[in-house]
Order: sequence, then structure tokens, then C-alpha cells
Amino acid sequence: MALKGNLRDFTVTQLLNLISVAQKTGTLIVEGPSERVIVCFREGKLAFAQVGNESQSLAAVLHRANKLSKAQYQAIVERAGRISDKELGLLLINARYVTQQDIISSLQAHFLAIVNRLFTWVEGLFRFENDILPPDDKITVRVSLENVIIEGARKLREWEQLQDEIPSLDMALKFTDRPGTNIRNLNLSVEEWRVVSFINPKNTIRQIAAATKMNDLEIRRVVYGLLQAGLVELVRPVGTKPLVPPGQVAGLPQTSREEQKSLINRIISRIRSI
Amino acid sequence: MQTVKMVVTGPFNAGKTEFIRSVSEIDVVSTERRISSQAERIKDTTTVAMDFGRITVDNDLVLYLFGTPGQRRFDFMWEILSEGMLGFIVMVDSTRPETFKEGRSILETFRAYAPTPYVVAANKQDIPEAWELDDMRVALRLDKKVKLLPCVATDKESVKTVLLELLYSILAEMDAAEGR
Repeated sequence: MALKGNLRDFTVTQLLNLISVAQKTGTLIVEGPSERVIVCFREGKLAFAQVGNESQSLAAVLHRANKLSKAQYQAIVERAGRISDKELGLLLINARYVTQQDIISSLQAHFLAIVNRLFTWVEGLFRFENDILPPDDKITVRVSLENVIIEGARKLREWEQLQDEIPSLDMALKFTDRPGTNIRNLNLSVEEWRVVSFINPKNTIRQIAAATKMNDLEIRRVVYGLLQAGLVELVRPVGTKPLVPPGQVAGLPQTSREEQKSLINRIISRIRSI
Repeated sequence: MQTVKMVVTGPFNAGKTEFIRSVSEIDVVSTERRISSQAERIKDTTTVAMDFGRITVDNDLVLYLFGTPGQRRFDFMWEILSEGMLGFIVMVDSTRPETFKEGRSILETFRAYAPTPYVVAANKQDIPEAWELDDMRVALRLDKKVKLLPCVATDKESVKTVLLELLYSILAEMDAAEGR
């Protein structure tokens, strides 16, 4: 029977463990809520991964890993045309722009980042295709899955904890009124400062994440730290479209304010008399 | 006939069903099932969909009390139950600090659903092991403006006080909105 199902019932950790133990070769395709991830394996080891239908070029991966400068990257994009990753890799090594190890470690980090993303998915249809292998022109790696599974399980636990602490990213943040606390005197990381600069009851956490280019896990991690330190508190965002018309109270019949107050006072009288 | 509803929420075994049972004029319509998980075997049954209680105010008005399931795996019911609520009560078991984090998480989830007033009820305050309210406020990270009320869910007077405090908060919210 084909290996397919939903991550709700069979977690990524279980899937990777199965692929590793059974030393499977093929491609795992996971359709998440907003994107699709493709991960290829060879004899139970991670070989290749991509998000969406097009994989990122080797040049882009190396640029992101700071192995190529912006100018070098742009030059490759403009001049290299449709050269394959394998050919480009050889050219870059021969030109001594990068080493073979640079390419392998950058690709490994890139593929692992994609796999790690899967650990935060609680839902998504998956299927394992034995016949699909990585594209011929792509460079593959060979990463054992044991450490990936352990690290992923750790991330999953962290993710679950952070989701409990900050269930909704549609809430906003505001600084707490704590006399004597001066945020300038605190040792915050660069990421934390970036988030702090956007803290305003008008901005939802989701908007801050988009502005600071953080994923759900990263923004939750930073916000959790700020919450734990008592620097900020969660508030409903200011200026969001009210769920009830102005002048009305949620959950009450849409009548005049006086009638609504009268209704509440009737309930109060009744409860007092129970 | 007008109907309004309040929601009673909180972690597993916080006392939500008992709370509603104490003031409801009808036998609480409960969707309880026997607990299968050993880890959660503190009691024999748990609410899986909702509890439902009723207080008839007068000929034209009825207040419904909905209790949410406490176990996370039934949280798909929460948003459904929160729709159109007048306010909500988060119940926390004062004797089980291990559930405080869950209580805080549920509170934040419900705050995100609707901008309605709420109070937090510290249940089982009659038990010697119960945490003090001041300590619970810190552990639950509640702002001093949030009402944290002592409660004994099996005691009708105590439950009435919690409901009344929520209603006072709703009135205060209306007054504040008038002033804006």
C-alpha cells in the first residue's frame, strides 16, 4: 500500500523515522496549508529538498549562506543563463570562488531548513513516491536522518510550547507599564530589537513577523522572551474592524444602549435572586 | 424571546461542568465521555463537546451558559461556542499549578476570538492546597485590571458572585464605550 496520509495522523517525525529505518529511496511530497514541500531521499538519507515547484538555484543558496557576495550573485544570474547547478558548482570551484565543502554545507543547511519547516506543520497531505528522484541537474547531499529527527522532535516540543503561550498571531503587543524599567538598559538580541521597534497596539504579531521577515516559530520565540521578561503584554489590536457595530455590545441584541443596559440589569437581578 | 450566552472555559478538570450545574435551572446537558487516556485519568468522565445550562431571566429573556471541553483535542469546539458570547469565564483549578499555563493559553485564545469582557475564576479555593490569589495572578500573568475571583464551583453563592462580577464588567465596558 502506498505511503500516504495526513500529518495530523502520522507526524513528520514518524515519517522520517520510517524512511530512515526502511532505508527508502524516493520523494516525499507534502501539501501544507499554504505551500508544498518536496523532499528526496536515497537509501534512507536526505538527498534534496525544495519548497514549491521550483527549487532554489545553487547561486541563490550560496548567496544566502554568505559564500557569494551580492555582486557575484548578480553576475551569475545575469551571465550564467540556464547553466545547471552541477556545471555552476564546478565553475565556481575551478574559479576558486568557493570550495566543494562550501557547496555541500550550504546545500545541507538549505535542505535541512526546509525539512525543519515541516516539523511545525500539524496538518498536510503527504505521499511518498518511490519512482521520483531528484532532478538530474541538481546537486544532492547525503544526510543521515537520526539527528534531523532528534532536532525536529526538539523543535516540535518548542513549537507546541510556544503555541500554547501565544495561541494567536493576530493579537498585538504593547509595552507594560512597569515603572523603573528602561528598555534601553536591557540586553536584547538583534532579532529582539527588530521586533521591539515594531511593537505598537496597532501592529499584530503576524504583521511584525512579516515586517521583520521571521517565520511563525521565530516570531513566537522572540515574543515569548519579551512576555516572560514582563516587557510586553498581549492586547487586541487597535483599529481592527469591530466585530459588532459601533455603539453595540457583542452578544447582545442590537438595540439602543439603554435597552442593552436594562437587559444586563435584568440578568443581574435574576442571578442575585437565584 | 431573547437569548444571551456566556461561556465557561478553562483547562481539563478545572470545574466548568460543576460551575454551570450549580446555577442552571435545568439539569446540565452534558456531553461527557469516559476518559480513555491514563494521563488524564484524574476523573472518570470529561466533556467532549459542550455543557449547556440555562437561567430564565423573565418571560422575554434567557441566559445560556456554555461550558467548553477542557481537553485540547476538542478545541475545535471553542470558536464555535464563543460566537456571539456576552462574555466569558476562565476557570482555573487553584490546586493544580501545572494547569496554569494551559489556563493562560486558553484565556489568550478566547481573547483573540472576541473583544468581550471576561473574568478569571480561581476554583477550589476551599481546599487547603489552593494557591493564593496574589500568587495565581503572577503565575497566570494577569494584569491587575483583570478580575481574578475566588470560587468554589459547587457552591451556588460563589458561582453567583463570579457571574455577577462578569456582568458588572460588561456594564462597565458599556459605560466606558459611551465615554469614548
